[in-house]
Amino acid sequence: METVILRSGFDFNGIYGFLDGFMPDHLDWLVFLATSLILAIVIINAVVLATALLTWFERRLLGRFQSRLGPNRWGPFGLLQPVADLVSLLTKEDTIPEGADKPIFTLAPIVFLVPALIVFAVIPLHGGSFLGRLNIGLIFVIAITSVNTLAVFMAGWSSLNKYAMFGAMRAVAMLVSYEIPMGLAVVAIAVAAQTLGLSNVVLAQDVPYILVMPLGFIVFITAASAEMSRTPFDLIESDSELGAGYHTEYSGAKFALLQLTEFMAPIIVAALVTTFFLSGWRGYGPIPGPIWFVIKTFIVLFVFIWIRASWPRLRIDQVMSLAWKGLLPLSIVNLFVIAIEVFIFNPGADGLSTKELWIMTGVNWTITIIVIFAIFNLLGQNRLKRPEPVISPLANMYANTKVIKRVTDMPEAE
Amino acid sequence: MYGLGLAKGLIVTAKNLVLPSRMMTVQYPDRKVGLLGLSKATDTSILNLLLKDPVTSFKALLGMAEVKENLPQHPRFRGEEFIWYEQRCTGCASCAKYCPLGIIEIVTSESGDQMQEGQKYHLDKFDIDIGRCMFCGLCVEACPYDALHMGSGFEEGQYRRQDLVIDKRRLVSAKKKPSTWFRPQLSSKNYDPQKGKNVKWDGAGRHEKPSLEQQQEKWAKR
Repeated sequence: METVILRSGFDFNGIYGFLDGFMPDHLDWLVFLATSLILAIVIINAVVLATALLTWFERRLLGRFQSRLGPNRWGPFGLLQPVADLVSLLTKEDTIPEGADKPIFTLAPIVFLVPALIVFAVIPLHGGSFLGRLNIGLIFVIAITSVNTLAVFMAGWSSLNKYAMFGAMRAVAMLVSYEIPMGLAVVAIAVAAQTLGLSNVVLAQDVPYILVMPLGFIVFITAASAEMSRTPFDLIESDSELGAGYHTEYSGAKFALLQLTEFMAPIIVAALVTTFFLSGWRGYGPIPGPIWFVIKTFIVLFVFIWIRASWPRLRIDQVMSLAWKGLLPLSIVNLFVIAIEVFIFNPGADGLSTKELWIMTGVNWTITIIVIFAIFNLLGQNRLKRPEPVISPLANMYANTKVIKRVTDMPEAE
Repeated sequence: MYGLGLAKGLIVTAKNLVLPSRMMTVQYPDRKVGLLGLSKATDTSILNLLLKDPVTSFKALLGMAEVKENLPQHPRFRGEEFIWYEQRCTGCASCAKYCPLGIIEIVTSESGDQMQEGQKYHLDKFDIDIGRCMFCGLCVEACPYDALHMGSGFEEGQYRRQDLVIDKRRLVSAKKKPSTWFRPQLSSKNYDPQKGKNVKWDGAGRHEKPSLEQQQEKWAKR
């Protein structure tokens, strides 16, 4: 693997080094604080702005997918619609239901939001992430993103509302189940890239991993869209059954925070998919790396919105059986295949070469097609095929008896 | 099987996205347009627009210029705002008699001491209470002189009930764009109340206006 350290300049080390030049040595703690603050303010504002734009984009695109227009009145092309939504939400009364667990009820939106923001600190836009080069990025991402299960359960539990509770229970059952295939898919990436750092994963992708491990991609994108509870896995807040799910009792600013995080999740997942499978900032031509990253993220977001507009919601038992019967075997097969291939090629410190990656691509696509064919035959609709109807002996019981014959043969009455 | 149904669903929505003919929404009462749409709607070139009205064209650049959008509507639509020609009306009150709801009120007075043929009553009052009107159009059918026509509007919402009573002053001042319902003389000319011009009283009748000679002949026989 190449050990060239690419520097975007705009990361923790860069800013720290820049500020440290002006300050005497005994004020290092102040420089540290200032650097953290600058990074936090920039990241949070950029992410929240991107989320606001995504809400507009998603609603416009959903509208077009459903042959209507979407919000187009407020601002040019409806671009100020998120501002209008924000004002509407923030001016509403912030109620806490009587009998609710007030501290937890207040804490839940914050616990929900903060991990989502933290993830962006490690996503490599160009060379390094904002935090520099975190060498355990994969573990960090998996650990941080699973905190939102806790937040959802806190919100549902503290609301003292049975629908919120239903939503929260479903959330815990579903999110915990989908953690496992998602984690295994990520482990396969770590095995193939021989590293745990996110920027090193990107550097290892001479061939994008969407080609090298299509099975892992399918598992990851399915599990991730379940993790962020979007259609077709949005039964945490299925409005036809539960009202609103875990945020039934929320209003005002707290609801705004919850919604913000909900809409931030696709951006996180799209950025992760870009990093893991679409070779991150790497691209062709004179276009700089961050632009490539944004373009790829945008394509993944488009696919997510497309899926949301098209597919119906799964039932809770279907969701669970998909996780345990479908995705878990797929992810295990994927991990084993990748591990065996890496064992055979036995890469040194430089990682897998491009030629080896292309060989893996050919083998893995064959295996993917076979495995998916097998799993559809095992679990798919063949099992649910309607059996040949057997005529009940009770129904039409005189069909072959003489009595009926006599009736049909009777001469017509005159 | 094998997830092909999922792909089918995706294709359906992709068609919705790509094909403009799938768009169902009609924008009313106005729609926001860009510069190209504005030049198309106002029938001026873009350069002309930029020179003449820079404010509106800047708005259009942002996609915020508004263009009034009329709903497409049949010329025989029976709508509100009755069209009434005072010159044609004789005050016979046929419309009031035929109205199944009795919402037309007509009060006439003699316009002179010795009424001659061709002269008519003076109308003191002509009220139509469209708050109770069902737009059956029987009054229009009944009018022997084609003085009353259906209108083509549907935006006559008011805040008070008494404002829904159309009096003589409003009838006179209303735009003369009659619906062609039960008026073959208008529909045969392909008149469209949405696009056409105002129809004057002598153009709205069932018959051609008699020439001066014809009139003189008639009077001479008498």
